[in-house]
Amino acid sequence: MAIKFDKIEDGHYQLDVCGYVCPHPQMYTKKALQKLAEGDQLTLVFDNPSSGESILAMCESEGNDVYERSEEDGTAVWQIRKG
Amino acid sequence: MSSVTSAPERALFAHRGGYIAMGLTAVITLLSVIMLAQDARWVYLLVYVWFGLIYGIFLQYGRFCMASAIRDLFAVKVPRMAVGVMIATALFSLTAGLVTVAGYSTFHAHPLGWHIIIGGLIFGFGMVFTGGCASGSLYKSGEGNMNSMLVLLSISFSMALFTDLGSWSNSLAPESWAVSAAEKGMPDELSVTDGWFDLFVTGYVWDLTGGTVADWFKSGNLWFDVFVGNALLGAILPTIAILIVLYLTTYRKGFMRRNKLTAPAMGDELRGFWGMLTASKNTAIAGLGLGIFAGLQMWATGALREHYAIFNFGELLEKMGYTNGLSIQGTVFDPGYWYITTQEAQLGGWILDLAGRDVTDNVFFGLENGIPNPLINAPLLMSLGIILGASVLALIRREFKWKKPNLETAVFAIVGGALMGIGARLGMGCNVGAFFAAVTNGDLSGWIFLAGMTLGGLAGVKAFNLWMDWRTRGEDEFAL
Repeated sequence: MAIKFDKIEDGHYQLDVCGYVCPHPQMYTKKALQKLAEGDQLTLVFDNPSSGESILAMCESEGNDVYERSEEDGTAVWQIRKG
Repeated sequence: MSSVTSAPERALFAHRGGYIAMGLTAVITLLSVIMLAQDARWVYLLVYVWFGLIYGIFLQYGRFCMASAIRDLFAVKVPRMAVGVMIATALFSLTAGLVTVAGYSTFHAHPLGWHIIIGGLIFGFGMVFTGGCASGSLYKSGEGNMNSMLVLLSISFSMALFTDLGSWSNSLAPESWAVSAAEKGMPDELSVTDGWFDLFVTGYVWDLTGGTVADWFKSGNLWFDVFVGNALLGAILPTIAILIVLYLTTYRKGFMRRNKLTAPAMGDELRGFWGMLTASKNTAIAGLGLGIFAGLQMWATGALREHYAIFNFGELLEKMGYTNGLSIQGTVFDPGYWYITTQEAQLGGWILDLAGRDVTDNVFFGLENGIPNPLINAPLLMSLGIILGASVLALIRREFKWKKPNLETAVFAIVGGALMGIGARLGMGCNVGAFFAAVTNGDLSGWIFLAGMTLGGLAGVKAFNLWMDWRTRGEDEFAL
């Protein structure tokens, strides 16, 4: 179990923080978004529900668009576009 | 355009987790009935258990966590949880006020001193790394988070060991504490001049005074003293001031940008402020529920004390034939309101005692709180109730998931938990006992603990960021 940050393609990255609980998911998401350029897409995979609410509020506050959210068997996959 | 998709919706309870939740509730109900049938006086203990269950449900529902409140504020600039905590604080001050004027308050103000802010600092620093405060770690344990369970164990044992520091620690205490402790005339078996924590409590804390705003007012009108003094001045006005600071420093900028407001009028500011208060409905509802039920618990326990003509549960236990683990005064820890850490220390002390270490020669266990068997330790069963209540709701919401710690998070849990334990004992409580229950009863020492906890949390976030930077040093461009 490790935090994984990969480039899927140009302008599209993936951060996987499954298995991690607070504060790791929100803090690593913030760090990942700081690395992205405006308009880049981040696929975020995590399984700690309470981090999700903080990440959603953080994106809303900073102008990043969480444009797709899916969840299955306790694992969430979110698509975020950096604003 | 955003979209949210999830697993196919089914009936609320018609799934495996729902059945387990119903089974769990049935077992707790059945055990409660059996206990009452055996001896109706167990109702005193069951009040703790069932209020714990209710707290657990609200905590899980609102993901109510002080660590999240402070950490997310500094780490990701999200005020959501801090706002929820402030709402709960304002509301609880009103229910606590009603309980006080009704004559059922069980609250005792904390002595004011430097220990409160230092305790808060250490506690706040530790909780950034554990990922949960004292109450947050309980509800997260109920969600199957083994990391939080590790935190609870670490808090329990660190507090038990810290309160029972040996002779080697005497030299760390000022001579004046030893002189003052010796003057207290405590029984020899407590050896109050031996051990740093005993010296700290008897030679320092006992010489301090504290009180509530109502105590200072003493206008002759209890309603005025309690609702204007304790609630309005002691809790609600500071809460409003903090909410305004949170709005201006964190929420306002994003609100104005989202609404494309470049020259906002007062009405826009008020809409923004209201938007912040309602940004997380669940947290606000949890705050409302916790505030109401925390007040009701004080009322229920106060009424039962009057009914049984007792001041402390230890007296009732003695009448029921349970004398093991009581303090030398025949008492046990019995706050009568929402509290977290002291009972966890008792659990650690009870296990250490079982392993052959005598912890009853210190004032914390020996004179005041005792180390009752966990099965009859009412506040500890309230904590268990919080875990089970959170489990029930997490199972129903399909959010229960066993999560094992890895090496990094386990080390954070153990070290952070130990710091939280030490901070809680120095500060005479945690985010609940030393802050939430204190400020809502007009005891301003709680705001000092919050200030310490906030500074500690800020330092913790900076330390965590340094850790992240160090951990990813020198790696490729996609490393975090």
